[in-house]
Amino acid sequence: MDAIRDLFRFSPSFRYGAIIVTLVFALVIISFFSPYEPDDRRAVARNEPPSLQFILGTTSQGQDVFWMLTFALRNTLLVAGLAVLIGRGVGVLLGMVSGYIGGTVDRLLSSLVDSVIVIPRLPLLILIASIMRGQMSILTLGLLIGLLDWAIPSKRYRSQVLSLREREFTYTSVFSGMSVFKIVTQAHLPFLIPFLLADIVSGFLFAIGLEVTLSILGLSDLDTQTIGTQIYWGNYYQALLTNRVWVLAAPIGISILVVTGFYLTSVGLSSYLDPRTRLGRLEVKSKVNVPETEPEVTTTDGVTP
Amino acid sequence: MKLTRAEQLTHTGANLQVRFSRVILSSEGYSTVTLFKEFVLPRLVQWVVVIVIGVTITFMIPRLSPVNPVDQALGRMTTFQTMNPEATQALRETFLDLYGLEGNIFDQYLNFWRRLLVGDLGPSFTSFPTPVMQIIGNSVGWTIGLLGISTFVSWLLGLILGSLAGYFSNHWWSQLLEKILITVYPIPYYILAFVLLMIFTYYLPLFPLVGGARGTPGFTWEYIGSILYFGFLPALSLIIGAVAFRFIMSKALTTSEKSSDYVQYAELAALPKRKILFSYVTRNTMLPQVTDLALSLGALFEGALITEVVFGYPGLGYTLFNAVNSADYNVIMGITLLSIVGIATASLLVDLSYPLFDPRVRYR
Repeated sequence: MDAIRDLFRFSPSFRYGAIIVTLVFALVIISFFSPYEPDDRRAVARNEPPSLQFILGTTSQGQDVFWMLTFALRNTLLVAGLAVLIGRGVGVLLGMVSGYIGGTVDRLLSSLVDSVIVIPRLPLLILIASIMRGQMSILTLGLLIGLLDWAIPSKRYRSQVLSLREREFTYTSVFSGMSVFKIVTQAHLPFLIPFLLADIVSGFLFAIGLEVTLSILGLSDLDTQTIGTQIYWGNYYQALLTNRVWVLAAPIGISILVVTGFYLTSVGLSSYLDPRTRLGRLEVKSKVNVPETEPEVTTTDGVTP
Repeated sequence: MKLTRAEQLTHTGANLQVRFSRVILSSEGYSTVTLFKEFVLPRLVQWVVVIVIGVTITFMIPRLSPVNPVDQALGRMTTFQTMNPEATQALRETFLDLYGLEGNIFDQYLNFWRRLLVGDLGPSFTSFPTPVMQIIGNSVGWTIGLLGISTFVSWLLGLILGSLAGYFSNHWWSQLLEKILITVYPIPYYILAFVLLMIFTYYLPLFPLVGGARGTPGFTWEYIGSILYFGFLPALSLIIGAVAFRFIMSKALTTSEKSSDYVQYAELAALPKRKILFSYVTRNTMLPQVTDLALSLGALFEGALITEVVFGYPGLGYTLFNAVNSADYNVIMGITLLSIVGIATASLLVDLSYPLFDPRVRYR
């Protein structure tokens, strides 16, 4: 709790980001109380511009854009969440194995990872999606995006683990007889968690971008509301040429809002967790707290987990 | 070249680390042979590995999928007309041959490589006898042109703006620029391109909606001018995203470089700020930027694919989009393969050009 309050005070970008992200999740929760079913057509009057009754207007199919948007947001975040879970899962595992075991395994895995990083992912994804056309659900989409996004995280975790392994406290725990499993889970994991948080956010951004792109190309499950399919159908029914911009403006606006919100949160988070700024903050704190606490306790914070 | 005393000292400071490593390297007998063995060879091996992995993945994907492309193609053809069983069987065999699905999976794999090495990607299905190679050949030039120009411009612009904003970080314009670009950076390529399209072709019709050029191809001012005119908006949408990324990275590097001793010394010696920034600081931050360019080429290429679809630009992305809509697997596979090989090769070339920027090699 203390950390969160600190974070709010420390970083304005985290403050704004957190507000936007909270707003987005509020919209997702609202979607469960929608008066319409997600795929209801002709539920409301058609082609209504935004008004008090229909906050974001209605489509040519008689759908309320605002409620559509809440469903779309929920599904897009679901896809992104699944992709992040799989991508980071594989990435963390490979990175840790490669970093801890070292030697030939490390060399093989690293050269595999370096090769996969170069391969452009979008054409591959388009190839897979076009072959699976019509059988793609949003869950498969999340799975696929996740399976294509593990190389860069695994490289990052490997370098993190390599630097952690060489720290002094690792040797201390090795010499005092801790098992490898215990060292990894108790001594190293606390260092990796902040890093993981920032990484998860960037995974989210990547997955949302890919979901939108694939849906717009008409390659995902077009019957499910997502931000991408909402733009796809808006284009399909010529929203721009018939002067119904609100149908397109809503999903475009919300996707910009979502990614910016997530990004600001991650920027704030990672600059807060950056060891250098962290040390600076600790110094300020220990100067303030000199009469109350022992200075050694605060300065060793970075070493003892 | 005459240098003042202060400049000489600063120069020494800036290259101290570089000189250190040069001493170490030259004591080990740093020569062209070691350069090749330690630097070029691993990268060449990596390049081969990338291509083998890419080709294998592209080979496996259609075969692992639950959908049989042959049955699907047959289904499409027999929807609107009835055929007698013999004709259907003959058609099926033709399709098996076309897709390279004859024999066991190992034979197929070898065949796939054999055809690939002579540059045979099979015929396109929608415009039947035309080979995929020819279809790709018609569009690849547009993509390379668009991608090349936007990569170069965005790299340079991002580097310069980032260095300026990092060095003069207290000015209002630097903070404003950072806020704007940080907001722009995470926006997906498609959204950015689409918003630009809406603004500049619909609300303010300054630029054309679709196409790559007007008039007959040739080296005339008119034709080249129209290429630039049609390519402006697609390039702009790519450049904005890429500049934002390069800016953030360059600013971070410059900020950390700014606290170096040699910069402080140069400031104390009252060297002109412009000289400190561009002669010393930026040159030191450029090295990681070159390596990173090799890695980010793939992302830029993906951006180009999407941008082309939005603007109807006649490059690879647009061809891919059309192929997806008409389920032309051979074209999709061809473009996927080509993009993997192309990006891997481009990254290799950027990577290999690294010694040109690295003072350790140039100084010798």
